[in-house]
This record gives sequence, structure tokens and C-alpha cells, in this order.
Amino acid sequence: MSNDREILTGEHFMNGNVACAEGAIAAGCRFFAGYPITPSSEIAERISERFPEIGGIFIQMEDELASMCAILGASWGGVKSMTCTSGPGFSLMQENLGLGVMMETPCVLVNIQRGGPSTGLPTLVGQQDMMQARWGSHGDYEIIALCPSSPQELFDFTIKAFNLSEMYRVPVLVMGDEVVGHMSERVVIPPKEKIKLLPRRMYTGPPEEYLPFKPDKDLVPPMVIAGEGYHIHITGLTHDEKGYPEISAEAQKKLVPRLVNKIKKNADKIIEIEESNTGDAEVIVVSYGISARTSLRAIELAREEGIKVGMLRLITVWPFPEKRIYQLASKVAGFVVPEINLGQIVYEVERAAKGKTRATLVPHAGGHIHDPKDILQAIRSTLK
Amino acid sequence: MNEKHPMDYLLREDRIPHIWCPGCGIGSSVSCFIMALEESGLDLKKVAVVSGIGCTGRVAGYVKLDSFHTTHGRAIPFATGLALANPDLKVIVYSGDGDLIAIGGNHFIHAARRNVNMTVICINNFLYAMTGGQVGPTTPLFAKASTSPYGNFEQPFNLVHLAAASGAVYVARWTALHLRRLTKAMVEAFKKKGFSFIEVISPCPTSYARRNRLGDGLAQMKFYHDNSIIRHGADPKDTDIGFQTKIVVGKFIDKERPDHYTFMTQELEKVTGGKK
Ligand SMILES: Cc1ncc(C[n+]2csc(CCOP(=O)(O)OP(=O)(O)O)c2C)c(N)n1
Ligand code: SF4
Ligand SMILES: [Mg+2]
Repeated sequence: MSNDREILTGEHFMNGNVACAEGAIAAGCRFFAGYPITPSSEIAERISERFPEIGGIFIQMEDELASMCAILGASWGGVKSMTCTSGPGFSLMQENLGLGVMMETPCVLVNIQRGGPSTGLPTLVGQQDMMQARWGSHGDYEIIALCPSSPQELFDFTIKAFNLSEMYRVPVLVMGDEVVGHMSERVVIPPKEKIKLLPRRMYTGPPEEYLPFKPDKDLVPPMVIAGEGYHIHITGLTHDEKGYPEISAEAQKKLVPRLVNKIKKNADKIIEIEESNTGDAEVIVVSYGISARTSLRAIELAREEGIKVGMLRLITVWPFPEKRIYQLASKVAGFVVPEINLGQIVYEVERAAKGKTRATLVPHAGGHIHDPKDILQAIRSTLK
Repeated sequence: MNEKHPMDYLLREDRIPHIWCPGCGIGSSVSCFIMALEESGLDLKKVAVVSGIGCTGRVAGYVKLDSFHTTHGRAIPFATGLALANPDLKVIVYSGDGDLIAIGGNHFIHAARRNVNMTVICINNFLYAMTGGQVGPTTPLFAKASTSPYGNFEQPFNLVHLAAASGAVYVARWTALHLRRLTKAMVEAFKKKGFSFIEVISPCPTSYARRNRLGDGLAQMKFYHDNSIIRHGADPKDTDIGFQTKIVVGKFIDKERPDHYTFMTQELEKVTGGKK
């Protein structure tokens, strides 16, 4: 199976989108379906160039509805699969993202965010799909979303996304942004043996006894794929453990809370954050993606003024690290939340703080990263 | 489908009785489907059925095969991913006219254009049956539906013409009454590499027949039976269906064209040298 073109071990100077494609390849992704959209297209272009030499299937579909559906089909065919898009395509993918949640299908969806609404700012940055990532498809569900801040993280987190999707049988979102996707930086691709990959949780017992939606202890059911004689029935309707449709309040109550709880109850294992200087901080900047990097400059300037500022960077945005935010809330004068939108994650921070402290949004309508001075100003006024 | 049949092992007996109304054509098409699977000698481990949403969409839930009941209109793209990821599978899409041709119409023409390896069976009952009989893209001119109470004044699609023009390598139309011929067409379609398409004209006594005062299921069956004209090899563009007019049935297209997967992998191999 393995060949040295699979993992391009070494040091590279790469843009984020190319690093994302390489991350997918290193994670074992061998099916990609997508539809061109700025600023994400370099991911598809790279994959279309790289897949033939490693035995992957690339297909450019007729739209994003089809792309999302095709990766679900491929996943049930037994192949790790991915798509990528940006705002308008992300909206179209919501329908079948929900199908992926209901069918508990491992797969990865990368969103290189641009400014919206609608066609908005095709070539310029935004972080305006963060709530859509959480709530975009109809019905109750929980999802996992990761936020890379650099090309290196687009590589690393794409691998992480594949692992989480296999572990929890849920589509995982990589919520990048135009700046992270298009910036070129050093990207280190480790040797194959240093890349930790989680295999699919396959059921191996007798086919007669297999129940496709009977969960293990951690609420995640083991999976089988098509073509192995299990004769599975998999539906987007509310279903029982056999996978058979059951249209009743009882079946709904058994299924949907489990889908939610398999993420909620495992949240401590899923969530990753990065903290610096939060121990004695008076103010904590909570940020993610490219805005977390802009914040670093603001924090530096604040420190020069003698303000004790800490940083909490969200690596996992969904599920949200509400416990940690609550712990920190009682220790600080306030949180400062810079994001390239007019207020999304700031409301989560506020919710998690439960009134213990305030959260100040540093908004940006999109099209550019923040001026660090605006973040600095918010840090200063938190202490007033 | 109500009597015990020797091929019942291909049905999920624990899900019977099914939801279809008495006299509905979907059930008889499924009997043909089961017989065709048996006759074709396909390895049933390697057959997967993908449906969208609708009365027909429920087919996936009754056959004891790997079966996927997806979202409305999206059976074909799901099936495309499945077929490409596992080329050993025989992937069969079984869905309704509204599902495949209205909301899923774009996927339909593109899968045919690409010549993806799949057989698409479309139950055409001339409207959206499951949701109460609304007008759709196959409703004949002047026919009534719940959202065309005065008659339909939009030109319908001729599905076999659409499939043929989009590039399908096998195109046939039968009614749900032509049990033997429909079964044979399915066997032929399953053996075909690439995109094969069968339209099944199917009585819907509950919605279509009732609203248009066409009698019960039996009367509608008899009408379709008495009014179909078998014309193999007819030019699909000459097979439009009107309201209660003659219906041209038969096998219209059976040609060779490299399927998407084989063609793509062969050509990529030539250009790039393939997997290293
Ligand atoms: C996105 C979406 N829109 C609408 C519906 C409602 N809906 C369910 S089945 C159906 C029509 C099915 O018609 P057809 O495909 O012809 O199948 P039939 O019931 O006639 O067999 C519609 C509109 C839906 N499930 N999803
Ligand atoms: S409503 Fe029409 S298509 Fe649906 S099951 Fe009844 S007869 Fe068949
Ligand atoms: Mg219909």
C-alpha cells in the first residue's frame, strides 16, 4: 500500500490550502468530491493533482449538495472522504451534513471562510460561518469543528479531523479562513510513523447479530461498510438500532439525545485549547483562527503597558470549552473576543461565563484582519 | 408482494407489511426487481440500493441488501460516491420521478453525462405521491394534481429522451404491468457498465388516479396495459407522454461507451503513470 508519495515528509514552504490537502492525504483520505469556490479551490486542485499517484479518486461534482452527498456515499463504500468549500457552498452542504450526522458517517468538510452574506467577499477573509457550523443544518445535533491558525495547523488539524470523525462517527468541520488558507509558511510534514491515525471502528462480529446503531459504552456504534454481506439499512429518517425507520416520539427520544450526547459526554476528550499566561491574567483574549494570531500583537502591546493579559485559543470551537471558560471567568476582569464577524463566538463566551465576568467583542465586518490596536483598546477598556 | 414468494429472502420480512397502497405500481416493480436480481446472478453481497425520499424512496427499506435511504433528490450523488469508492459494488438507484428529476434533476443529467456505473430505476407516477399528489416535472399536460387543481399547463420532461440525450448507455421504459419485460430490462441494465436507466410508468390510485377520476388501481393498470405500444429502438424524442394518451414502451438505447470509472482510471494511468 504505502509509497513515498503518500506522505511528503520534510520541511516545506506551503500555503495553507496545499497543506490542508497534504494533511488529508497523510490522514489516508482517498476520496474527494468538491465544487470550485474561492478561496478554497487550491485544496481541490492539489488533491486532483496528487490523487492519481496514490490511488485516490477525485471528482468535481455538479454542486455542493452533490459533493457533500458523494463523500457520505464514499465513506459507506469504505474510503476516507473529504470535501472543501467556502460560505455559499457551505450553505448548500448543510442539508447533507445533517444526513451525515443522522447516518453517523465519518467524513471531513473544510470551510475556508470568506466574507458574507451571500456572495459577499469572494476573495477576502471572514469568520462569519462559526454559528452556521454549529447550527446550520435543521434539527438538534452536535458537531465537531476545529480552527487552524496557520498552514501547519491546516495540515495537522485536517489529520486530527479525520481521526475525530472516525472516533465519533460524525462529520468533522475544519473552519479555516481565507488568510490562513492563502498564507505561505513553513510546514513540517513528519515521517509516516510519527503520524497518528485512528482506524475506523469496525464491527467484526457475526452479521446476524449486527445492529448498525447499537452504541458502545461511549455512545458511538461500531460501523460496517457496504459490500460485506451485512445487508445494512441506513436512513436519514429517525430509526431504531437496526437502522429501520421508526416514526415515533419514543424512537426520536432514543436516537437524537444519543447523537447529541456522544459528543457532549465525550467533550472533555474532544476539546483542545491552547492557553498562555492565563494563570495570573486580568484580561483573557479568547480567539481562534487568524484572529488569534492578530491578537498576539495586541497582547504584546498590552504587556508593554503592564497589563496582565492571557490568551485562550480555541482549537476546538465545537464542542465549546464552556467548563474552562467558566473556571477562568471568576478570575478575570473580562474576556476580549476578537473575531471577523459582528459577534458570534463572543455570545458563547458570555454564555459560558454565566455572568461571572463580561465578554467584549472586537468586531470586524470582514475583508481584512483586525488592526491589533482595536484589540488593544478593548483590553484596556476591560480594566476601566 | 403480499403472498409468500420463493424470493422473499430478498425482502426484509421484519419490515412487512409495507407502506404502499393497494393497487400501487411500486410493489409490482419491486417484485420484478427481486426476480431480476435473482436472474442476473449478481453476488447479492455486492449489490447496494440507494433511494431518495418519496413513496418510491421507501424501496431501499424493504430489500435485504445494503440499502441507503438518503435525502430528497440526492440518491444519485450519494450513489456516485459509493460506486466510485467501491467499484466492485453494483449500485442501483431506485426512486421517484419528483425525487430524481425535479429536485435531483441536475444530479441525474450529470451522472448520465459522466456515465457513472449505476442503474437508475425511476418510478414515474406522474406526481409527488408521498406528499399528497402535487404537480411535478413529469405530470402530463392538463392532468390535475393537488397544486394544479385546474390542470397542469407546464410541458413535462420526457424522461427517456432526457436520459438518452444526457448520455445514458441503456434506456428503457415499461409500465409496472409489464412484469416479464420489466424484469428482463432490469437484468439487462444490471449487466451494463455505465449509466443505465429504466423508467417505470406506475399507477398511483391514491393520488393521480383519484384526482383525475381514472378509477381504481386495477382500472389504471388496465388503461396503461391496453394503451402501451411496444416499439423497441424508437427514437426517444418521439415517445412523449400525454394525459391518458398512448404510451410508447420498449428498449430505446443499448450502446457501448466507456464508463466513468474505467475511462478515468485508464486515462490517468496513461498520463501520470498511475499509482507509484
Ligand atoms: C428537501 C425536501 N423538500 C421536500 C420534501 C418533501 N417531499 C417528500 S417526498 C416528496 C416528493 C416525492 O415525489 P416522487 O419522487 O415522485 O416520489 P413518489 O412519492 O411519487 O414515489 C417531497 C416533495 C423533502 N423530504 N425534502
Ligand atoms: S400514494 Fe400512490 S405512489 Fe404512494 S403508495 Fe399510494 S398508490 Fe403508491
Ligand atoms: Mg412520483
